[in-house]
Amino acid sequence: MSKTIVCDGNEAAAWGVARSRPDMVAVYPITPQSSLAEYISQFVADGIIQADLMDVEGEHSVLSVLQGACLAGARTFTASCGQGLAFMFEPYFRTPPLRLPIVMSLVTRDGITPQCVWGGQQDAMTVKEVGWIQMYCENVQEVMDTIIMAYKIAENRDVMLPVNVCHDGNYLSYGVEKAEIPDQEDVDAFLGEKNTNWHVALDPERPMGVDPLTGGAGGAGPSMFVRYRKGLCKGMQNALGVISEVHGEWALKFGRSYAPLVEEYRLDDAEYAIVTIGSMSGAGKDAVDAAREAGEKVGLIKIKTFRPFPLRALLDAVSKVKALGVVDRSVSFGWNRGPVYQEILSALYHLTERIPALSFIGGLAGADITIAPFGRVIEMTGKALKGNVPDETVWLNEND
Amino acid sequence: MYEIRFHGRGGQGAVLASKVLAKALVEEGKFVKAIPSFGFERRGAPVAAFLRYDEKEIRQLTNIYHPDCIVCLDPTLPATVDIFAGMKEGGIWVQATKKTPKELKVPEKVIKVGFCDAFGIALEVLGRPITNSIMLAAFARTTGIVSLESLNHGLASVAFRDAALEENMEAARRAYQETRVYDTGGKEIR
Repeated sequence: MSKTIVCDGNEAAAWGVARSRPDMVAVYPITPQSSLAEYISQFVADGIIQADLMDVEGEHSVLSVLQGACLAGARTFTASCGQGLAFMFEPYFRTPPLRLPIVMSLVTRDGITPQCVWGGQQDAMTVKEVGWIQMYCENVQEVMDTIIMAYKIAENRDVMLPVNVCHDGNYLSYGVEKAEIPDQEDVDAFLGEKNTNWHVALDPERPMGVDPLTGGAGGAGPSMFVRYRKGLCKGMQNALGVISEVHGEWALKFGRSYAPLVEEYRLDDAEYAIVTIGSMSGAGKDAVDAAREAGEKVGLIKIKTFRPFPLRALLDAVSKVKALGVVDRSVSFGWNRGPVYQEILSALYHLTERIPALSFIGGLAGADITIAPFGRVIEMTGKALKGNVPDETVWLNEND
Repeated sequence: MYEIRFHGRGGQGAVLASKVLAKALVEEGKFVKAIPSFGFERRGAPVAAFLRYDEKEIRQLTNIYHPDCIVCLDPTLPATVDIFAGMKEGGIWVQATKKTPKELKVPEKVIKVGFCDAFGIALEVLGRPITNSIMLAAFARTTGIVSLESLNHGLASVAFRDAALEENMEAARRAYQETRVYDTGGKEIR
């Protein structure tokens, strides 16, 4: 039987982990992920999660431990964010090319300095090129469900890649809603048998060289390195189809459906659209509804999967409109724009007709993006239809 | 949609109060989103928590700036924080205090107040000044939005230590009985 609870996003994530039956969990607490680490520890203490819990001295060890466990055949989980992720970076970088299907919650947090322990997507956006799959959640239930789906995606033989399930620090770490915990037997049937190390293993029965030294000028070295790179690229592209399939299976089995890659909201007759990612999307949809009532033909495009980048799904969506306003919760310092905005521009090159796109940045360091600033996004994007396009990024929050 | 803002001081349990009320409202079939304000977590510092509920699904996951109802867990807080900031016309104010509306300034936009000597009850029943369960019961009594029974269900889901659940339920029962509800003229209506 499924069970209804009222919980925050961090507890929902922990329930998603519990239902996925990991063999080994290693966590180091960091705000706003800490209560997720605490729920996991409590669940292990209470026997709800029957896994080895490693208390290690820092995030570098967290992921190193899980790499070993995964190579030994374990299903693994961790969670981190912000500076913790920064400290984890060395093994983090090695996880995708090793093709280890580790699942990790990224409870997104803004990057210091200046000091800040609050939400923002700077951490996740900073690591988007490393080769982890990234999916961003909109609400508490989606956090729980996406954790479970993440294992099925990561462990698919055509993928074999680590997944970051991103949920916004503060808003989705502590935001409370009703959520349904799926039945254990149903999840077991959904996930099936795990095999995390059929391809690369630390196993005395199957001795093999793991993580060989490659590269150097001439010879076979660089080519072998490129084989690893191309393999990772292929796994990433395969993931697009697998993510869609797994979301489809989830909807059939559990009755809750989410757009796997890109969600189109009120887009069919829209003249222009705003683009959102993560927990801001709910307020964005409410703002779209309000603008629709005032006669504006506006829709919303929500990014769920950002890595791999869902080019086809995004082009299907953007080809329906004539102007875009993209809202980011982090900054690309090289461009002085939002990183999601920059990616959307890359996708727009594939259209035959050029359309205007505006960059908005808001919600940094825990700031709220309410319906009102979305109203501004909609108004300015509507004006872009008539050629009024600002040269620079628009900073959304008051006093920004 | 109905929007509630909790004010308290760190340690009084405002954030937990919003969670317990969320559980009670879900028990009664409502859709809920609750979220704490984000600040430095220090004992005694002013904190706030937000809760919105509706008969239909709520999508926006944001703070609340224009509440229909203010629940203040601390008698000294209105003197230091503008707890009424952005409050809607025709709102309800539930306040921890020994005083009467004549002794406190009730803003014009408030049409109903519920006052409860939360500190008195807390010290008697719990032995420490934690007022969240008490003020939830005061909220229930003043607004009628949620039943004491559903609140008790919400409290039962909290991992209290020792006999704290029974004590909190007793404190809530006392508060439900002893909360004084007034209309705009300061006339006690129950």
